Amino acid sequence: MSSHAELPRTAVGIAAAVRAGEVRAVDVLEAHLAEIDRREHQVHAFNLVVAEQARQAAARVDAEVAAGRDPGPLAGVPVALKDNMCTRGVPTTCSSKILEGWKPPYDATVVAKLAAAGAVAVGKTNLDEFAMGSSTENSAFGPTRNPHDLGRVPGGSSGGSAAAVAAGFAAVSLGSDTGGSIRQPAALCGVVGVKPTYGYVSRYGLIAFASSLDQIGPFSHDVRDAALLLDVIGGHDPMDSTSIPLAHPSLVDVLDRGVEGLRVGRIVDLPEGADPDVQERLEAAFDALRAAGAAIVDVEVPAFGYALTAYYLIAPAEASSNLARFDGVRFGMRVDAADTNAMYMATRSAGFGEEVQRRIMLGTYALSAGYYDACYGRALKVRRLIHDDFERAYRHADVLLTPASPSVAFPFGAKGDNPLAMYLCDLYTIPTNLAGHPAMSVPFGTGADGLPVGVQVLAGTLGEVAMFRAGAALERAMDAARGVSA
Amino acid sequence: MPERITPTDVAKVARLARLELTPAQLERAAGQLDGMLAHFADMDALDLSDVQPMTQPYPLQNVFRDDVVVEGLDRDEVLAAAPVAEDHRFRVPPIVGLD
Repeated sequence: MSSHAELPRTAVGIAAAVRAGEVRAVDVLEAHLAEIDRREHQVHAFNLVVAEQARQAAARVDAEVAAGRDPGPLAGVPVALKDNMCTRGVPTTCSSKILEGWKPPYDATVVAKLAAAGAVAVGKTNLDEFAMGSSTENSAFGPTRNPHDLGRVPGGSSGGSAAAVAAGFAAVSLGSDTGGSIRQPAALCGVVGVKPTYGYVSRYGLIAFASSLDQIGPFSHDVRDAALLLDVIGGHDPMDSTSIPLAHPSLVDVLDRGVEGLRVGRIVDLPEGADPDVQERLEAAFDALRAAGAAIVDVEVPAFGYALTAYYLIAPAEASSNLARFDGVRFGMRVDAADTNAMYMATRSAGFGEEVQRRIMLGTYALSAGYYDACYGRALKVRRLIHDDFERAYRHADVLLTPASPSVAFPFGAKGDNPLAMYLCDLYTIPTNLAGHPAMSVPFGTGADGLPVGVQVLAGTLGEVAMFRAGAALERAMDAARGVSA
Repeated sequence: MPERITPTDVAKVARLARLELTPAQLERAAGQLDGMLAHFADMDALDLSDVQPMTQPYPLQNVFRDDVVVEGLDRDEVLAAAPVAEDHRFRVPPIVGLD
């Protein structure tokens, strides 16, 4: 059996080697399972590792290759799935007690697409309960730790998926991003993370948090793997009525185009809040793209600073409605009581954690009679302002750059008892979700204590091509600075 | 943004959301929600009178599919995932008739 270090590290490399018959999918898998055995007890990236199922899937891939058939573009690639994506017959918990023991009767579309492309699912990753949080501390099954520093958070809510890639437990993973839940943990764990345009990837089988904001996307070691993954999971799905009915261009094909002539926007009225080390890396990113031939232009997004307010009224409002289905009748746990209403209350109070209850109440308040217009109604109008401001900015720029996270990974408990302090972690990522635009975090060096910093590349609706060109250029600049050949 | 939020307001909201909070939890939640709403008052400074609300990012309307029969989920598999099922149905406690 080959050791982890001898095998290709990326999905592109693994799939090429497996398809060519140079490496067996079962050996790739065993190497990753060995890493899980070695370090998972420290990192806790997973709620569940499905080693036996993965071994069977890998063996099927090898059998395909042996029979002269092509298992697909992700042949033998070990992939981890955020535990809010439905996997038929495999527990799916959203890191909540309320879904403990529930086995979905169907696969999410992304899960089915990965399997059809030859990927091997190794497990379900930890998250902040129902994807509500920015540190993965709010999981009913305990926190995930940052593989770069076990005393610090991996970010969230997709902290388990980010950590699984950073720790080498899986070559790639999927997360979901409602307000930054892919990009912020990607930044804190030093991996690539992409939130596509709303509707780019099917949400069928993603347990809903805030339906008008949620979007599934990849984590990976490099930009090429993220592009490959999106090429596989993207596209129209009749099972998701918000899925965009268009064919998407291949993103893998645009990575080598460079950024000559690309207009890269600097938001001159970006809200302050980023630490100096993060700010310094952002400036270096502008320099790198300028050196690669891009034009740096100034743009304004005046409503950017109101995004936090709009988001924390809209997302909880949608969540309060979506999470009404967890009532002890159809899924997961039930706390028995004499009548149905008492059963609902007992089940939900015992099943949901504190942050989830807080957001359900905030959302219920924002939607309740007497407060609807002042809270939810106004937030929807602010959302329009933010969207329109970005659209104006994208007349002058193809992509924008901001920090992905205001800081590097922070220690456990650092945000204390103040929910707002945690919410501010998503200061730079939230506006994208409100606008429905794509954005990605690309690792761009290190900041305080040698911890990873991510630079965020934002683009307009279906601007994935420009975004990936810029992301690839940033990665090339980093590789060149480190003396790595492409 | 509305005035201060009190434990009584929170109790009403919790009831609407089918959540049961202890008096200590109500007190704590009121403080936290009040702090958030104070922050959210920043948008009161905006003139939104001519702004149309935005409910979804991508303008799709009336998404239909052809009216053909397709396979649904397996009934037994769905019911097996429920806390209590009986005679191919979800079993729940009494809804009416108890006081």
